[in-house]
Amino acid sequence: MTYAIECRQLTRTWPGNPPVEAVKGIDLQVERGICFGVLGPNGAGKTTTIEICEGLQSATSGEALILGMSWKTQADQIRQQIGISLQETRLSEKLTVLETLTLFRSFFQQGLDPLAVIDRVSLREKMHSRIRTLSGGQKQRVAVATALVGNPQLLFLDEPTTGLDPQSRRDLWRVITDFREGGGTVLLTTHYMDEAERLCDRVAIFDRGRILAIDSPQNLIRGLGAEHVVAFAVSGGQQPAEDFGAGLPGVIAVRRESDQRCLSVREPHVAIPALLELINRSGLQLSSLTTRQATLEDVFVHFAGHGLNEGTEGNVR
Amino acid sequence: MSSGAANHPLVQLFIARFREFIRTPEAVFWSYVFPLVMMISLGLAFRSDSVEPVAVCVQEGPQADELIQTLQASPRFVVLRGSPEECRQMLRSGKAELVLTVEGSGTEAVYHYQLDQTRPGSVSARDAVNDALQIAAGRKDPVGTKQTAVTEAGSRYIDFLVPGLIGMGLMGGGVWGVGYAIVDMRIRQVLKRLLGTPMKKHHFVAAMMASRMVFMIPEMIVILILSRLMFSVVSHGGYLLIGVIVLLGAFQFASIGLIIASRAKTLEAVAGLMNLTMVPMWIGSGIFFSADRFPDLVQPVIRLLPLTPVISSLRQVMQEGAGLITILPDLGLMLAWLVITFVVALRIFRWD
Repeated sequence: MTYAIECRQLTRTWPGNPPVEAVKGIDLQVERGICFGVLGPNGAGKTTTIEICEGLQSATSGEALILGMSWKTQADQIRQQIGISLQETRLSEKLTVLETLTLFRSFFQQGLDPLAVIDRVSLREKMHSRIRTLSGGQKQRVAVATALVGNPQLLFLDEPTTGLDPQSRRDLWRVITDFREGGGTVLLTTHYMDEAERLCDRVAIFDRGRILAIDSPQNLIRGLGAEHVVAFAVSGGQQPAEDFGAGLPGVIAVRRESDQRCLSVREPHVAIPALLELINRSGLQLSSLTTRQATLEDVFVHFAGHGLNEGTEGNVR
Repeated sequence: MSSGAANHPLVQLFIARFREFIRTPEAVFWSYVFPLVMMISLGLAFRSDSVEPVAVCVQEGPQADELIQTLQASPRFVVLRGSPEECRQMLRSGKAELVLTVEGSGTEAVYHYQLDQTRPGSVSARDAVNDALQIAAGRKDPVGTKQTAVTEAGSRYIDFLVPGLIGMGLMGGGVWGVGYAIVDMRIRQVLKRLLGTPMKKHHFVAAMMASRMVFMIPEMIVILILSRLMFSVVSHGGYLLIGVIVLLGAFQFASIGLIIASRAKTLEAVAGLMNLTMVPMWIGSGIFFSADRFPDLVQPVIRLLPLTPVISSLRQVMQEGAGLITILPDLGLMLAWLVITFVVALRIFRWD
């Protein structure tokens, strides 16, 4: 059985002075039947990579095999078996939901009844509404529906829930989960760590055109060696030193997040009393103290050395 | 799902395009109403089916009353009278074509005409007034005359204008309908989304062009019918031949729209390119006045503009009753434009 997606040493360089290397040598295998997440901040090369896999951009070097087929020789067959939702799919505003899906259905040799797809994305009441009149979440569901109507084996979703309200996000998550449970493979990009943790069997963490880590979300978090984060802040003029708290029992790593300090901790019940005592001894005024489970965000910071929203060199296409 | 013809991608793309068009009222307005408004207003402004009465100003004087009586006997003249100053004023402002004074009296009398020799209306008014006065005074023509009224349909301005407006409609419809629509789809990434499907690119392009035909044919039929009802514009040549020209012209301009839109990434860019393409033809290809008025030096260029053969062949068919053979060179030129722009457009076309 071939992989759903196999990228070999994929690079993409935009000509310019200096040239912009959006993707710097990506190796990636996505098994069939899973939901694979591509995570990273804006400008990490997520969209470029996914669009090369979708056949919308060409790689500067390297190759992306889709369902065992090459874009060079079997582009038509690949397109028959994949479904795409672009980062900002804007469909024809003047067509209705049903008309749009009937149009997209006509491009595929085999596919689903547009009405069945409309039901899958819960847009039955809106099927005769023009796209223009839909909300952002509904439009996004139509975009995903256009990807599903060809009954694809592989679904590409580029930031499907960016900018959506919580309810719309959950609606889309259900559509994605249903598709995966039906045996399909999903590749989705996101910069929401909770989305990746919730939906993805495996994630690849992208930063600055490279993959920093690939594994299941659970393994990545476990791999930190510290599944808890203790965050605290102090008030008053005196600020703790950069490495404050490092070396305390059970503390694996220390970092600053705006005015908070975050300690990655293996055992909170050991680390917290030690931390409180240290704060006391240093004459600092504690203003807040919280603990939480480590997330993929912590994994990202661990690998990238910077926060997700600190961005990189701006949004490279 | 059945796999009937209705579900063929070409048909579906065509239907989608058609729906987008009829759901854009402003596009419908500019395509259908605008050329009609143009035809009706210009047709009324330049109508020539009745002879306008001639306004003559008779200057106050001893024999003015007598002259006025003579001229008023003919319905052709509108007779005004006034002081020398008032008469000149009327001549200047165009209220009168001619000022008439009698100098001397009895057998010594002379009719004195004052007119602007460069105004054709004034010259013919002078001749008509002079004839009327001389005949009233007893002139006998040595040779008898006889006149048969002939209404030469096809020779009026409106007969000249209608083919021009049809050509203009074809050009605007093709260039806007295809060019603007494609760039709009590129900007909104609709083209990129379509590229991600197994859609055949030539299906997309064919549907785009075919939908133009379907919008164009009713537009042309409406112009032909209305111009016939309102201004009695008829074609001296076959309507089938007009259909051939319209069809080829519509394809030609759809293809030109395609090449204009093949790379442009903003609406400003495509609007600039469209104007750059259309303005020379608006001026040069003889929509409103004959292109023969331009100097010989630019005639070869004008001859090659894509709109020129459309209008020229339509005029030859409608006004002169020309047959297929006569307009073959025009059709050949249109076909050349169609093929060249289409092939180049497909080569350089960008989907994202």
